[in-house]
Amino acid sequence: MATFFGEVLSVYSRAVEEDEDDLEDENEEDKRIRSEIEQKRSVHVEWCPEVQNSLDVTSEKTLPFSQFLIAVGPNAAGFLSTYVLSSGKWDSIGLVSLWNERSESQQYGVHLQQEAGCVFYKQKECSSVLICQCTLYIAEDQLFPWAEKVFACIQRRGLTVTVLSDAPLSEFKSPNSLYSTTPFLRALRTSAYKTQVSCQLLEQPNIATGLAAAVLSYCQVQKIPAVLYQCYSDVIVPNSITMETYKPALSSLSEIIKLDSCPNADVLKRLLKASEIQSNMYT
Amino acid sequence: MFISIENTPPSFKGFTLIMPAVSVGNVGQLATDLLISSLGMARVGYVHTDCLIPMTGNNPYATSAESAAELCTNAEVYSLSDIRLAVLQIRAPVVKTKSRKFRKLITSWIKTCGFDKTVILSSSHAYQRDDQQLLGTPLRYLLSPALEQEVGVHLKELEWKQMERVCAFPGIDGSEQRLYIPGGGVTKGLYTDSCSEGIRMAVLLIFCSEGDNIPDAFSLLNYLNDWLHLVDKPTEASSQWKIPVSWRLLFGSGIPPAIF
Repeated sequence: MATFFGEVLSVYSRAVEEDEDDLEDENEEDKRIRSEIEQKRSVHVEWCPEVQNSLDVTSEKTLPFSQFLIAVGPNAAGFLSTYVLSSGKWDSIGLVSLWNERSESQQYGVHLQQEAGCVFYKQKECSSVLICQCTLYIAEDQLFPWAEKVFACIQRRGLTVTVLSDAPLSEFKSPNSLYSTTPFLRALRTSAYKTQVSCQLLEQPNIATGLAAAVLSYCQVQKIPAVLYQCYSDVIVPNSITMETYKPALSSLSEIIKLDSCPNADVLKRLLKASEIQSNMYT
Repeated sequence: MFISIENTPPSFKGFTLIMPAVSVGNVGQLATDLLISSLGMARVGYVHTDCLIPMTGNNPYATSAESAAELCTNAEVYSLSDIRLAVLQIRAPVVKTKSRKFRKLITSWIKTCGFDKTVILSSSHAYQRDDQQLLGTPLRYLLSPALEQEVGVHLKELEWKQMERVCAFPGIDGSEQRLYIPGGGVTKGLYTDSCSEGIRMAVLLIFCSEGDNIPDAFSLLNYLNDWLHLVDKPTEASSQWKIPVSWRLLFGSGIPPAIF
């Protein structure tokens, strides 16, 4: 493919993989290996013993929450860490574990010292809000199972879902230049979500992908009210300005989720430190 | 798995189903977009499956600020009962290891719905054509045996070209021929499944290269329209098709003023 500047790039097709015929003639061994890989890549939701017990006693095998707040990406997760979870009123009650091709490098990565994970939190006194912080890389084939398995544990009646998600500014398409207004929020909501959203809706032709898209699609199809706030930022590492941008997204939940007036400095310092360049020629 | 928007699922008995294959240049998907937006079709349900990579966005066919705020998913079904037409639009690639499962899902859905016929809009790499395919029109068709008896003669009258079988071992043995649709994604699989399961299926495809594939989408859709007459013949080329709002900025954002 030649670009506007004349250089020739070798690119893969944006639409298709090439070796699709090979799948046709697989033998028993191929099948066994394939099913083993599939098993290894499966998504597991684990709850702490107390929660698991309360899950087991209910007839529907679901947990009753009225608000489910999901943060995807380092800035969204960092926002919850510094403004919400730092108050100390939250307990971690479970996690999602999965394995994929990036799991090892995430674990031992030098530049990503911040621990990647996908953890659930619940308020100590009030049990109507469930928070999920996800900084884990979830592969394309694991997104759909993630949504299916997590939502299978949560009671659907009276549930509202809010997703906060990081997005790179380079993916935002607009006829105008945006650099003076970054970072900024855009929203997407399911048909069942009737509350006013606190920012502009995402304009066509922009789309959401990844875990945010998997959750929102699930909610749209299952008629669960859900809203996604996507923060477009030109800085990819955790930073306080991008985190702060998420503040208006929780305005409709201000009754039940109290935001700290200023970010918790210790938590913030820890988050920012993790993303600093650890060693180069000049430091 | 098909999930209806309304509580009572729509009946597709005797309908024609048109769907794209995710293939080179996304031509089938672009043509399907044009069709839905031109006919003003209403969304009736979703195909909710783990075989497709998740994506969402706002209504790609929005005509007003109000209709822009409808969430769309990666696979949705649109319908126009006046002309007994259903369209399945697919907006994301098939997950690498799940193409066989996806084909099974689609063929079993086609059978349970009782569609009269299914048309797959697809494309194939232009650079992999063999000598006999290089000359003339880039458009080709394939019919499953169940549909061949009925419409085969009609399509020959239209002077359509059937997709050629190519030599399995070029230059060595010319006797063994096979169907070869490089870059066609699930096209070949869906077609062979429909042949073996007695599904009435037609595949319409165009040879193309990746790039600006909008002209290819128009060609493929006009080709379909020559057969099914979904809209009236245009007086001038491509004027009857309505380009949806989601095709804006297909080649990226505007130019940053700072470069001047």
